[in-house]
Amino acid sequence: MYPFEYHKAGSVDDAVSKLSGADDGKFLAGGMTLLPTMKQRLAAPSDLVDLAGIDGLKGITVDGGSVTIGAMTTHWEVHSSVDVQKAIPALAELAGLIGDPMVRHRGTIGGSLANSDPSADYPAAVMGLGATIKTNKREIAADDYFRGLFETALEDGELITAVSFPIPKRAAYQKFPQPASRYAMVGVMVAETASGARVGVTGAGPCAFRVPEMEKALDAKFAPDSVADIKVSADGLNADIHASAEYRAHLVAVMAKRAVAAAA
Amino acid sequence: MPKVSMTVNGKAVSADVEPRTLLVEYIREHLRLTGTHVGCDTTQCGACTVHVNGKAMKSCTMLAVSAEGADVVTIEGLAKDGKLHPMQASFKENHGLQCGFCTPGMVMAGIDIRRRHPKADEQTVRHELEGNLCRCTGYHNIVKAIMAADM
Repeated sequence: MYPFEYHKAGSVDDAVSKLSGADDGKFLAGGMTLLPTMKQRLAAPSDLVDLAGIDGLKGITVDGGSVTIGAMTTHWEVHSSVDVQKAIPALAELAGLIGDPMVRHRGTIGGSLANSDPSADYPAAVMGLGATIKTNKREIAADDYFRGLFETALEDGELITAVSFPIPKRAAYQKFPQPASRYAMVGVMVAETASGARVGVTGAGPCAFRVPEMEKALDAKFAPDSVADIKVSADGLNADIHASAEYRAHLVAVMAKRAVAAAA
Repeated sequence: MPKVSMTVNGKAVSADVEPRTLLVEYIREHLRLTGTHVGCDTTQCGACTVHVNGKAMKSCTMLAVSAEGADVVTIEGLAKDGKLHPMQASFKENHGLQCGFCTPGMVMAGIDIRRRHPKADEQTVRHELEGNLCRCTGYHNIVKAIMAADM
């Protein structure tokens, strides 16, 4: 790891101002991706601004039909929250499938979404549940947030402060984990929401996406058979030594079907 | 260099460290507590697992400066008055190790698992051990030891 300057932020404004004073700085959330990337020298920020001391970025509140989770809330806190388990059990369950217990104790929802790893779990929840990403500057709808491989709508110096999930009528997440890393080869969150069905997919493409054909079919009838025969195109999907694009496309339908069955 | 202060195994410690110093480097190289191992150095194997404020974490993927003010417990902090911690005793009783390299991490993770799941069954323990790798593949007795520990 190359040397860097370390700063602790006491508030969101303090974090943003410390980052803007750096040459090539980065916010440090849980560090579960950033630190390994720095150790491999794939990233070499001049400065790290640690967000761990900002109390306003932590915690979970449920009100007015939505669950709002502070950006620095850990996967373990989401997984074990009685409030989340009651309001959106599929979200609590998803958080418990990320990494391993030690990673869940440190990794955060804001860090995961800012990084937008194509195989991360939370992007499927944000897309599938139609969440809103709250930042220090604005609110970003799920559909406008994911832009490409590790690319989001976040601008330089923009910091995620919280994520707000509308409580669906029902929802479920199914994941086909890569057997060694436990990252999602494909993960699908399906939800029946006030504004219709949503299907959010992670792992398959460069970033999380929805499957409109499946959503239409689920609007007509929310049942596993509605999505079972819908073919997803392999065009533009990820391919690597673990799975071809065609295999991932196939897995989208299988995971969607299982998720609908689990939600029904 | 920033100064970092924390409690390790009940003792207040502090030192000037480079920001890039990992918690595991601080524990092993500054404090000379070499019971905590570095296996993969890529957040996968869990040999470096310690408890930070009561929760198991991988000390190879945490900066020492991030542990400012924290209460850290390593494998050396478990035995009290010459008596093994129940999890250590259970690993001994059940022969929960072969080469022993992963053992400090396994014991620290095992305690964390049983704190969160006091009556963990075999399936739960195996699932919860996803972040701890044993290259001897001696998982059978490790799982047995974690379940049997008299916590």
